[in-house]
Amino acid sequence: MDFDLTEEQRLLKESVDRLIADSYGDFEKRRHHQDNPRGYSPVLWAQYAELGLLGLPFSEEQGGFGGGPVETMIVMEALGRGLALEPYLASIVLGGGFLRLGGREELIGDVVGGTATLAFAQIERQSRNDLHDVATTARRTEAGWVLEGAKSLVLHGDSATHLIVSARNAGARRDRAGISLFLVPADAAGLSRRGYATQDGLRAAEVLLEKVALPPEALIGAEGEGLPLMERVVDIALAALCAEAVGAMEALHELTLDYLKQRKQFGTTIGSFQAVQHRAADMLVALEQARSMTMYAAMMAENPDPALRRPALAAAKALVNRSAELIGKEAIQLHGGIAMTMEYKAGHYFKRLTMLINQFGETDEHIRVVAEAGGLPAAA
Amino acid sequence: MDLRYTPEEIAFREELRGIFRTKIPAEIRRKVSDGHHLTRDEIATAHRALHAEGLATPNWPLAWGGKDWTPVQRYIYNEEVLANAVPMPLSFNVAMVGPVIANFGSEEQKKKFLPGTASLDIWWAQGFSEPGAGSDLASLKTSARREGEHYIVNGQKTWTTLGQYADWIFLLVRTDPAAKKQQGISFLLVDMKTPGITVRPIITIDGAHEVNEVFFDEVKVPAENLVGEENKGWDYAKFLLSNERSNIARIGFSKEKLAMVKSRARETPAGDGTLWDDADFRRRVAIAEIEMKALEITQMRVVAGQKNRASDKPDPNSSILKIKGSELQQMATELMLTVAGPYAAAMPAHSHNEPPVGPDWAEGVAPQFFNYRKVSIYGGSNEIQRNIIAKAFLGL
Repeated sequence: MDFDLTEEQRLLKESVDRLIADSYGDFEKRRHHQDNPRGYSPVLWAQYAELGLLGLPFSEEQGGFGGGPVETMIVMEALGRGLALEPYLASIVLGGGFLRLGGREELIGDVVGGTATLAFAQIERQSRNDLHDVATTARRTEAGWVLEGAKSLVLHGDSATHLIVSARNAGARRDRAGISLFLVPADAAGLSRRGYATQDGLRAAEVLLEKVALPPEALIGAEGEGLPLMERVVDIALAALCAEAVGAMEALHELTLDYLKQRKQFGTTIGSFQAVQHRAADMLVALEQARSMTMYAAMMAENPDPALRRPALAAAKALVNRSAELIGKEAIQLHGGIAMTMEYKAGHYFKRLTMLINQFGETDEHIRVVAEAGGLPAAA
Repeated sequence: MDLRYTPEEIAFREELRGIFRTKIPAEIRRKVSDGHHLTRDEIATAHRALHAEGLATPNWPLAWGGKDWTPVQRYIYNEEVLANAVPMPLSFNVAMVGPVIANFGSEEQKKKFLPGTASLDIWWAQGFSEPGAGSDLASLKTSARREGEHYIVNGQKTWTTLGQYADWIFLLVRTDPAAKKQQGISFLLVDMKTPGITVRPIITIDGAHEVNEVFFDEVKVPAENLVGEENKGWDYAKFLLSNERSNIARIGFSKEKLAMVKSRARETPAGDGTLWDDADFRRRVAIAEIEMKALEITQMRVVAGQKNRASDKPDPNSSILKIKGSELQQMATELMLTVAGPYAAAMPAHSHNEPPVGPDWAEGVAPQFFNYRKVSIYGGSNEIQRNIIAKAFLGL
């Protein structure tokens, strides 16, 4: 049992923390990055690449740096603290996960270099967060495949060079079998997309697939067996989201404490009132519990056995969600009116945390996964 | 970062488990598991069985029968004792007064008290709380005035757990009435047979006689029974309370209780199946298990952090452990109340000498639920813990 970071992990943490502090420390910079048509700064993305962040989860043979979930946790925490806009989750954690676990190594070099970016096109109008609810179809042809359907809320889908699309090649809309995954260039004929800003200041896209013809090698993994791979990659993304949330919660808690020590009413700082102190204390309890569960998520994220991994990651996200909800709401309440303004940073943390709670399953869905599994795996 | 136990730690856990399951009588463990209070003899039997295995006083100095364990091993021990429904060795002896005497007592006191304290030949009670000194312990008023070679003690202690069985009591007393609050307090050892001591039971809402009031009327205590220096008692009390807090989360208890909740729910008929088939019920269990996993890792972070800490000072995270640990214990006893359902209403059979009304395990459920409201009150109430977090940690 060891909670210390290795020397290499400490150095990684220092460099990513510095990068995020430099590029996001002044909140005006975030607004500036947002003005880019991509919704984030390509210059900053190139710096991520230079620092080696984009190659972290890939093995050295794949052209990466052989990092694991702990390295991803370190990066995502920093991004959460800075409310970073870059598509690290979409392109590296999710997209990269599909490439390395789906055996699609030819694109890894460009992703690591930052010239190619990926987005995961999974949500449909009716699917909510059910990965197996897929109406988009994949029809086999002599030349390969033809995709037909519509994908929604594709995170960073407007700027991605490639999309990873889930489509049904067999079975009924909610069958677990018969789902395949495809690597689709964003400029493929018949693919159109409409980008927009989301509530938390990120970008997403609606993607229409009209008779999109693809070569046979567009298929990722085995035909009809896309769901287990999606579950593996989404679990890795859940661990990453937990870490992002911890970073954001930590920053928001600090921001709140600073305010409580500085804001005066009735002739004294509002942090001297016990009613306020206890709520700030409860925020810390929620933060530390979330931090613990994020470590658990990192430990379980790459476990290939879904019976052990899925309830563990669901438990982690459920707990982190509950903490994020409490910390987000309390931060607004304890700040008072100032946190209601678009100008002040706290509201932006609150909005990111609120959206993060719903990413890849909201709290109730995750609790249900744990309940249906009959609890958590005994071995830590 | 690696959250797994080493093979050596796993072997250590297995060894303890083996001892606990073979050396502690099954009826005693069953009673603990069902939430019943133990008799004086049962507590003593379990304590002495652990002592015979060298497992009653692991946190004492090596010279006095302690163990050279790592913080992780200590944590595993605490967890396994509770998780196997083994009665904790009497905490007043092993977690409280023993370490205080071993660290601050005179050589004579060590020789006189420590062996019997370890073996439970001396049964200790804790005399800290008073009617007017609960969360604000330092406002205690029980006095000890020096007269020649004796202290004369006057006052009242309360919430004295198992005081009805005690041979000796360790007291916080005010020896300098002029000094400010925390100063002027001393740590005194008192034989319960001394004239002038009266013990009166307090019956708690679970119907049990677990705690007492203890009155002191001109009680004459030899001055040699002062521990350490006069007026330094608050320092020793703080040391004692920090030991008490190392196991404050009592995760093993919640673990054992939740395992019991699940197994009882599987055998409890409900609707067309069992209670375990009820999605709403399972959801509540899932939430408790999720909270427990987070707490377990928070606890392990505290344990692992001990090796990086310069002194024996408690991790400030112990307040988090206290709050969450007590909430979880209460949540587990609440779930058990749901499992018992209507049979939670049945009074324990021994109280009216008739056969149990429902399943025999159900009659202890409501009393334990009532009794466990105490865990968010004692050891520094959860509100006090929030004050500590706000002041010591958040700088508010």
